[in-house]
Amino acid sequence: MTGTLILVGSAFLASTVEMVEALTIVLAVGLTHNWRTALVGVLAALIALAVVVGALGPSLVNYVPIETLRVVVGTLLVIFGLQWVRKAILRASGLKAMRDEGKLFEQELAELEAIPVASGVIDWTGFVVSFKGVFLEGLEVAFIVLTFGANSGRFGPAATGAGLAVALVCTVGLLVHRPLTRVPENAIKFTVGVTLVAFGTFWGGEGVGVNWTLGDVTIPLLALAYGAAAWLMVLTLQRQSRVSPVPSGVQQ
Amino acid sequence: MMRWPRAFGRFWYDFIVGDSIVLAIGGPGVLAASYELARSIDQAVLQLLLPAAVIVTLAASVLWRAE
Repeated sequence: MTGTLILVGSAFLASTVEMVEALTIVLAVGLTHNWRTALVGVLAALIALAVVVGALGPSLVNYVPIETLRVVVGTLLVIFGLQWVRKAILRASGLKAMRDEGKLFEQELAELEAIPVASGVIDWTGFVVSFKGVFLEGLEVAFIVLTFGANSGRFGPAATGAGLAVALVCTVGLLVHRPLTRVPENAIKFTVGVTLVAFGTFWGGEGVGVNWTLGDVTIPLLALAYGAAAWLMVLTLQRQSRVSPVPSGVQQ
Repeated sequence: MMRWPRAFGRFWYDFIVGDSIVLAIGGPGVLAASYELARSIDQAVLQLLLPAAVIVTLAASVLWRAE
């Protein structure tokens, strides 16, 4: 039960971060070109992502030996999760500027306003921008759903978490028509990154021959240890960055 | 014709390497070392050593950027 909740929660939080980033692009397309184009782009990207997960998921489980899967997935999760944690540490300590959805939205608007809107039902440029925004951000979510699903043998919990996040961000986006600047993106990235590294270490470790004495209980313990270590790094770097100036600007 | 393979390669490069080569090498390196050690050292030690090595890898990548 706890494992299922962690799977749903991790997929939900990771998807929320990615979908908030995608929403900024979709809103810019909707406001500068037209809403029909923006929404058709979103729909096409979600279908494409569902096809990727639907096609790869069963193949991974049915044809790849579980030991191989654990090593490959564990390695990828460790790399991917560490990248998120590293970025969150640098942002929290002031060594890297925070992502500013408001500024990115303004930039996206300016770029799209410079492109003439095609007449017709669907504006092709707007469609491509909207599709790419959702598809590329969604690929990271698809990766998490696939890896979690393949290793646990159940795609339901991770897919449910991702689906809930997509529904929530789409609903809020439709209601407010503004980029979601108040979402604590860095804190979410920090939490999800730590969780991904914990899962990656656990599964990758099992794949290379580590017998975790505590079984599944090891995963939250690993997450706590990684979280504490990462937090210590933030505190250390914050102390150091008081001496040197903080960089400014918009980060992707 | 070459655009798709290039885009595919770029996607995987960004995905694996991102902006830290230390993590791209260190992550798999830690698991490879654990594979070797799994047959020669005590499991209890290995269970502590693997997460510790992951933390050292993270610290190295952060320090690399911080400097």
